[in-house]
Amino acid sequence: MNFDLTDDQRLLVDTVTSFVKKESPVERFRKLRDDEEGVGWSRDVMRKFGELGWLAVPFSEDDGGLGGSMVDVALILEQLGAALAPEPFLASIVLGGLAIAHAGDAAQRARWLPDVIAGDKTLAFAHLEEGSRYDAHHVSTRAERTGTGFRLTGRKRWVLNGHAADAIVVVARTSGDVGAREGISLFVVDRGAPGVQITTVRTMDGHRAAMIALDGVEVGAESLLGTEGAALPIVERVLDGATAAACAEGLGLMTQSLQRTRDYLVDREQFGVKIGTFQALQHRAVDMFVETELTRGTTILAALRADDPDPLQRMRGVSVAKVQLARGGRYVVQQAIQLHGGIGITDEADVGLYFKRMHVLESLFGDEDWHLSRVSSPG
Amino acid sequence: MDLSFSPEELAFRDEVREWIRTAMPPRLRAIAEVDGHFGVDETMEWHRILHRKGWVAPHWPRKFGGPGLDVTRRFILTEELELSGAPQLLPFGLSMVGPLIMQFGDEAQQARYLPKILSGEEKWCQGYSEPNAGSDLAAVRLTAEDAGDHFVLNGQKTWTTYAQYADWIFLLARTDTGAKKQAGISFLLCDMKSEGVRVRPTLTIGGTHAFCDTFFEDVRVPKENLVGPLHGGWTLAKALLGHERTLVAAVGSSARTLLRAKRIAQSTTRGGRPLADDPVVRAKIARMECRLEALKMANYRALAGAKQGHAPGAESSILKLCGSEIIQGMYELCLDLMGADALTWMNEPGVVPAWEDWVGPNYNYLRAATIYAGSNEIQKNIIAKLILGLPS
Ligand SMILES: Cc1cc2nc3c(=O)[nH]c(=O)nc-3n(C[C@H](O)[C@H](O)[C@H](O)COP(=O)(O)OP(=O)(O)OC[C@H]3O[C@@H](n4cnc5c(N)ncnc54)[C@H](O)[C@@H]3O)c2cc1C
Repeated sequence: MNFDLTDDQRLLVDTVTSFVKKESPVERFRKLRDDEEGVGWSRDVMRKFGELGWLAVPFSEDDGGLGGSMVDVALILEQLGAALAPEPFLASIVLGGLAIAHAGDAAQRARWLPDVIAGDKTLAFAHLEEGSRYDAHHVSTRAERTGTGFRLTGRKRWVLNGHAADAIVVVARTSGDVGAREGISLFVVDRGAPGVQITTVRTMDGHRAAMIALDGVEVGAESLLGTEGAALPIVERVLDGATAAACAEGLGLMTQSLQRTRDYLVDREQFGVKIGTFQALQHRAVDMFVETELTRGTTILAALRADDPDPLQRMRGVSVAKVQLARGGRYVVQQAIQLHGGIGITDEADVGLYFKRMHVLESLFGDEDWHLSRVSSPG
Repeated sequence: MDLSFSPEELAFRDEVREWIRTAMPPRLRAIAEVDGHFGVDETMEWHRILHRKGWVAPHWPRKFGGPGLDVTRRFILTEELELSGAPQLLPFGLSMVGPLIMQFGDEAQQARYLPKILSGEEKWCQGYSEPNAGSDLAAVRLTAEDAGDHFVLNGQKTWTTYAQYADWIFLLARTDTGAKKQAGISFLLCDMKSEGVRVRPTLTIGGTHAFCDTFFEDVRVPKENLVGPLHGGWTLAKALLGHERTLVAAVGSSARTLLRAKRIAQSTTRGGRPLADDPVVRAKIARMECRLEALKMANYRALAGAKQGHAPGAESSILKLCGSEIIQGMYELCLDLMGADALTWMNEPGVVPAWEDWVGPNYNYLRAATIYAGSNEIQKNIIAKLILGLPS
């Protein structure tokens, strides 16, 4: 057993940390959030991520990547989360990019991945539907064969980066009934394809996302990723990777929430003393610390297991981590506000930003109940 | 021991329900139906409707224009109003400064202020907290200097809810800077239109500008706006806080929010079946329902005590503590049931079902329920000291 980071990983953490410290303070996020005209993140910064090699991390060297692991991805996302950097790393790399990497053939990977790795183009991954809750096999969007390819019809909800992505990886059904595990396929759909209707929506954390209607969208045969009807295992693997990544980002949020709360307890005075002298608050801060450390451990578990070839091991490790995030993460962001008193309720305080982002991460990729049911099912 | 309402009380409840059903204008009813957000205008519209009916201040004595209802009827009326989803009236006049003026004000003050609170002609806000006086309220620094027939106010209040809409503010000011903390404070009423009053609304995590910084620069307040004795404001401050704490039990709002949770569980499906069919979901809802029933009983016991003229006891101290956590828990439940729809934030209608639109903003804003009206940590300190007799 060994929890040490390699030299390369330590270097990675250092570069990400110093980059966000210099170039991505929380204020940058606020500005992007409040800019009604923009997409909520910066294309320049995404390209810088590309130049620094971060977007290449999880892809194989054949695809122009660095052949890194989900642990490396987690290390990056923890720091991006801590800085509230809104660039679509999760949507474009961990979801859309890895879906193409896992499912696509050489030509498809060559067509999309270099631009994505450079940060010149971004992707989105459209899986959620009305009534799907978090079940990846609940797919009602249909893809019917045409002479030259497929025709896609259906509605996707809460597509992360769907409002800004150049292309969208769509989970659609080529056969079978809604809910069947067979018959699910993946397609890459150009955002400009006729019949693609993208509605930008706001999310609680100040990001944007998209509701996407596919109204008889014609795509060529080359946009089908992998084997027709057999994509569910890949979809589940991609979503588990995203869940592990979300846990890592959540850990960054928790670390910052704890840090800021600790600093506030040391700074704020009431009744002639620092409020950090009140034992009730000391114990609360300690509980926040404990939850953060537990989450640090389960995030490592999730990141390691996300690459596990055995799907049962993978699902279990990832679900344990998401359950811990749901409990511990929520506790930490709620208490961060509580211990800040009135100022914690204002939009000006950063703890509120962490609080909202945490709730979004909790509502994505399976809530506590959904992951509990995965842990409790016999396999 | 008896939990039932008398036939007359039940008839009163039916009368209240029927009246609410017919009296609420369609525009307000449409918002109430989906538990949407009421702005100040809508709230004041409802205030005036209730005033015309004579029910705007169930807890006010007849002498000051109240309906003269007994404790049980007051409770019934309040609960039915909250359960109906009607706008919650602004408490600052009706439940805070109004009762205080009745108790401590002179006749001229009562005649000047109370009728306009009742009619809704004048809206109030509460100027207690300051940047360095939150939990430690007695540390207020805003000064009121004696200038003959008036005071001159200088300083800042903060977190002043709805100051941007208020006509008047009641505030704690330091009139004797030499005296010990609590001893030099006075309770003053100040016209918000006075020269030198400036208000800066603050955006909250609930997405609305719910409170403000309120600045005072050489603001003149006539001496007749002092309520109670000079330097004796602390007694008034405490009297009001005790009152404020029982207000925030929010039993009716929690009950209403539980209904909303059930509605979300019915309207949200997983695998083609409503979430409400899932035993795990049902148990979650039932758990909150049990907490609410327990809170209700605590509330009844406090009311029954008040009916017999007992001083508020342990029951009322726990009302704020549990009530705030339960209303937070109710919204947390709603948000959890929404699944990925919990992502929505101030979007156009139709992105999520209308009754889900304000869950997130309300959930966020209500993190404040355990902070305002004396934070829950402070409540626990009080209970530990005054009820359990623990050493301090
Ligand atoms: C939404 C909202 C609306 C409000 N509206 C109004 C209004 O209209 N008018 C008004 O005057 N005020 C209003 N307030 C202010 C409110 O009363 C104060 O926020 C509250 O008293 C806490 O003070 P504070 O914010 O300064 O926090 P602090 O007192 O600094 O407290 C910070 C943290 O320390 C804890 N703490 C403090 N002392 C102790 C102790 N002795 N032991 C253990 N823990 C302790 C607190 O519980 C809290 O968790 C409002 C607040 C909010 C959030």
